[in-house]
Amino acid sequence: MSKFIRQHGWSYLFILPTILTFSVFILLPVLASLVMSFGKYTFRDGLVPITPFYKNYVDAFTTQGGVFIGAIKNTLIYSIFTVTTNIFVGLILASLIQPLGKRLQNFFRAAYYLPAVTSAVVIGMTWRYIYNGQWGLANFILTKLGLITEPIRWISDPDIALGSVILSAMLTVPATAVVLFSAAMGAIPKEYYEAAELDGAGPVRKWWNITLPLIKSVTLYLVVLYTIASFEVFERVYTMIPSGVANATETIVTQVYQQGFVQFNYGVAAAQAFVLFLMIASVAVIQFRSLRSDVEY
Amino acid sequence: MATTNSPLQRILVWLTLILAALISLFPMYWLFVMALTPIGTIPPSEPYLVPSPFSLSNIERLLVGAKDYGRWAINSIVIAIVVTAWHTIFDTMSGYAFAKRKFPGRNVLFGLILSTLMIPPQVTLVPTYVVTRQLGLLESDPLITIGGFQLLSINSLAVILPGLAAVFGVFLMRQYIQTLPSELEDAARIDGCSEFQVFSNVILPLCVPAIAALSIFSFVRNWNDFLWPLIVLRKSINYTLTVGVAGLQGEFSTDYGIIFAGAALAALPMIIFFLMFQRYFIEGVRMGALKG
Repeated sequence: MSKFIRQHGWSYLFILPTILTFSVFILLPVLASLVMSFGKYTFRDGLVPITPFYKNYVDAFTTQGGVFIGAIKNTLIYSIFTVTTNIFVGLILASLIQPLGKRLQNFFRAAYYLPAVTSAVVIGMTWRYIYNGQWGLANFILTKLGLITEPIRWISDPDIALGSVILSAMLTVPATAVVLFSAAMGAIPKEYYEAAELDGAGPVRKWWNITLPLIKSVTLYLVVLYTIASFEVFERVYTMIPSGVANATETIVTQVYQQGFVQFNYGVAAAQAFVLFLMIASVAVIQFRSLRSDVEY
Repeated sequence: MATTNSPLQRILVWLTLILAALISLFPMYWLFVMALTPIGTIPPSEPYLVPSPFSLSNIERLLVGAKDYGRWAINSIVIAIVVTAWHTIFDTMSGYAFAKRKFPGRNVLFGLILSTLMIPPQVTLVPTYVVTRQLGLLESDPLITIGGFQLLSINSLAVILPGLAAVFGVFLMRQYIQTLPSELEDAARIDGCSEFQVFSNVILPLCVPAIAALSIFSFVRNWNDFLWPLIVLRKSINYTLTVGVAGLQGEFSTDYGIIFAGAALAALPMIIFFLMFQRYFIEGVRMGALKG
């Protein structure tokens, strides 16, 4: 026993704080959340069983006229548009800064990265006023350009509010994508391009035939990263449209927040959070599948 | 696109890059313009594109109207520093153990941590809330005061304690330490270093770049954290900046000057922080530490 301690004691001591906080604040809460999603919790009575045991999962989709289904739909629409745009814009910008000198590369990367360090709360609030119907920047610019004559009610018209939220996210330069794409492109051996040049390939051919195939794994990683982040969208919506517009901008997480911490239906909130988990898990599984058939160089 | 040849192509490339930079920075720029223009409670007829006239009156009114604003900033700083300090120390230690040391249960434990990485943080909201409330952490009594000045309230613990559990740093440090040659440790052991000295004298100095990335990541993340603090922080005096600033919209609904000033001031420290440590930020993203 003392030999065991002498040999491994330090190892366990090194991981002790991590394991402790991990168990108390991640592992146990995840399990507790699963249990709570099948019961009714109140601070007075604790956790009591419900019938049928999966009632919270039914309620999750039916409560308040099924607003959660709409929230999932909104989240998916948000996700499809923002992830596609972000990956595409990130890829293009990284490709374009690639041939520049070190200093210029750093300058542009910094310009693209700066807003990403700002809290989503501040970004959401800023866009709220960019979209202000009377004096907002968006209507001002579009009017000056002669594109509109009537002011657009960006975030007060339920028909377009979700579109406005999506637009604001699409117009955010995807900083992580730019940095990771440009790191991946920088790691491609120069000889590949030189060989292609000897064969008479132009910049676009080289990009299409060499760069794109070789950054496939980073692309997949980014797609998953951005998809997960978009599934969890909350701050941007919560600060841009605090009280919502006719449920048009409810997302999965705004619903979890609403059910759990405004309505205090803890079980339903936990059930909804697990629906989010299943969605994220399926995205991750799809990624691992595609990664298995990946090209390495 | 290794080289772009024709002048037209070149112009198009530059236009795209500059346009993207403008789109990226303009909302932030406009936020500061509006914060520094005395717009007061009367909505302007059209948005200002430069502060005219330049004035700090919004900020003065903010600090009078939202009297806890300074308090929020202190809470944010204290919480972010405590959580960051914890992660830089203990994530490095456990990252080292998982990367270099062989002990029974290592793979099981690491696999367990790995498997939770995919679980969205929203899943733990409800039980963590129940536990923090049962522990009495939603009370707002002062916990640590220095000379009558409240440094930390009990309520801050409700944000700090769950923050200690983020496991991303463990992966980052393990990944980084795995690339360090093991010969150095062996040599130190032969020279008679204790196991802790091997860690503190050999491993730690080599980890500085990764620790820098991790601490920046952790600080920004905790500074910007919103949903959890929004749930557990009850009284204005305990708010963090994000929670307080988001609340300005409700409190000063049409006093846009105060709201803009509050949002701009909250963004400023991170912007300065980024400009100072830019290189580490970008390096951190490459190591996989940051997202945005």
